[in-house]
Amino acid sequence: MEPVRVAGVGLTHFGRTPARTGRELFAEAADRAFADANVDRSAVEELAVGNFMGVDAERQGHQGPILADAAGVQCPATRYESACASAGVAVRQAVRAIRAGDADVVLAGGTERMTNLDTPAVTDALAIAADELFEVRAGVTFPGAYALMAQAYFDAFGGDRTDLAHIASKNHENALVNEYAQYQREISVAEALDAPMVASPLGLFDACPITDGASALVLVSESYVEEYDLDAPVTITGSGQGGDRAALAERTHIAQTPAATTAATAAYEDAGVGPEDVDVAEVHDCFTIAEVLAIESLGFYEPGEGIGAARRGETTADGQRPINLSGGLKAKGHPVGATGGSQIAEMTRLLRGDHPNSDHVPEATVGVTHNAGGTVASAVVHVLEVDR
Amino acid sequence: MTDDRDSADETAWSSEHGSYEEWLDAIANGEGYYLESPAGYGSLPPRRVCPHTGSPALTHKPLPESGVIVSVSVVHVAAPGFADDVPYATAMIDFGPVRVSGIVRGRDPVAVKTGQQVRIGVETRETTDDRLVVFRPVEDS
Repeated sequence: MEPVRVAGVGLTHFGRTPARTGRELFAEAADRAFADANVDRSAVEELAVGNFMGVDAERQGHQGPILADAAGVQCPATRYESACASAGVAVRQAVRAIRAGDADVVLAGGTERMTNLDTPAVTDALAIAADELFEVRAGVTFPGAYALMAQAYFDAFGGDRTDLAHIASKNHENALVNEYAQYQREISVAEALDAPMVASPLGLFDACPITDGASALVLVSESYVEEYDLDAPVTITGSGQGGDRAALAERTHIAQTPAATTAATAAYEDAGVGPEDVDVAEVHDCFTIAEVLAIESLGFYEPGEGIGAARRGETTADGQRPINLSGGLKAKGHPVGATGGSQIAEMTRLLRGDHPNSDHVPEATVGVTHNAGGTVASAVVHVLEVDR
Repeated sequence: MTDDRDSADETAWSSEHGSYEEWLDAIANGEGYYLESPAGYGSLPPRRVCPHTGSPALTHKPLPESGVIVSVSVVHVAAPGFADDVPYATAMIDFGPVRVSGIVRGRDPVAVKTGQQVRIGVETRETTDDRLVVFRPVEDS
């Protein structure tokens, strides 16, 4: 099986750029990825790109060929949609294409334009990731669903809003130096606790923002790296995906995310590593409670033990295993269909040593990314390792 | 692109276990039900097969009269279709073989707690005339 190398990564600044189309965002991210990779765009054999709400936000379906045009590549192009895990799924398909020997160079990533819609319209658009019959029509909002998970977690295992506020504060602090982050500003635990309630027990600062942005990765086979003598020290050594019932009510235990456990188990086995080998992780913290569920599913903590990790300082930048050094979705931003690619771009920079927060993990060799869709009915986990 | 299915066939397979709308009708008439597969798994319509086992042998079972709240949240920011309903208590109710999500009414939203017993019914939203799964505390009925 052909190893998959990350030749280059590119991101747009995450934030509010309502006038920029999804294709403009992706074109910018792709430009940066090609420059970083030192690979000519004419070498690209496939495009695998995530996008979630382009049909709603831009009246644009069939994004594959639109984004191929924008990136200046002539190849088969497919848009993948798995809600907030869209780009993670797209990257996974790129990895599979290279491993299978179908392609040596694949452009992967994602794009999302959101802020051209007002907040109620975005809320409506995001709701379609849930079960239309048994959740949306029943009044279950996306924050409301995560709130039900948070309340169930508190009831089953303990923990409280202060634990969650420490996660928000940590991720904002991590984003301070990240030039791509939407919010480069600190929030204190007290500020997070004082924020208006969205869906109890989750307040405004427990939620990620609405974000425009794009991510792009130039993924290549190892033989391509050797043939062209590329500097590509990061390898995607593991990839896994898991699925679950779409509606939260149909799950056995709503304070756990077994789809992510399945994805992680597969990715670890693929890479030949275990959770104890992981030095650093980027996880899908669309809400603060989601980070807790993620680090438990990734095997870093037993169920019920993850809630206090940030408060205890174990997942902070100087902790034993930093989580979301990019700022996470919470502070870096969450352009839904781009996030899975962004996580891999950030992890690549962290491991290569060219991320502003790389100094916190100078010896790190194994990193993990965790991308989740809906209330984790879809989950994708990747393991990245660096040559040192 | 044409639809060649004749209408008789369509009726046959859409009505076997009921549509979502028919399920709401049944609840409104006090005849709420769920579907049970031979392995004992419960599910809600529309279904052609059991989502756990793939078995097509689904039987209709009466939904228990009351269920227990397994999680609840007071929603302050809702989708546009529920704008006039806020704040409301969104809750997940365990009926044993199935769990159902909906809004708890008949009690101050902040007083709705995990473990309380509720009955299922069908009402309409405050914001629109759309029908909605609503739960009310058992002691109020």
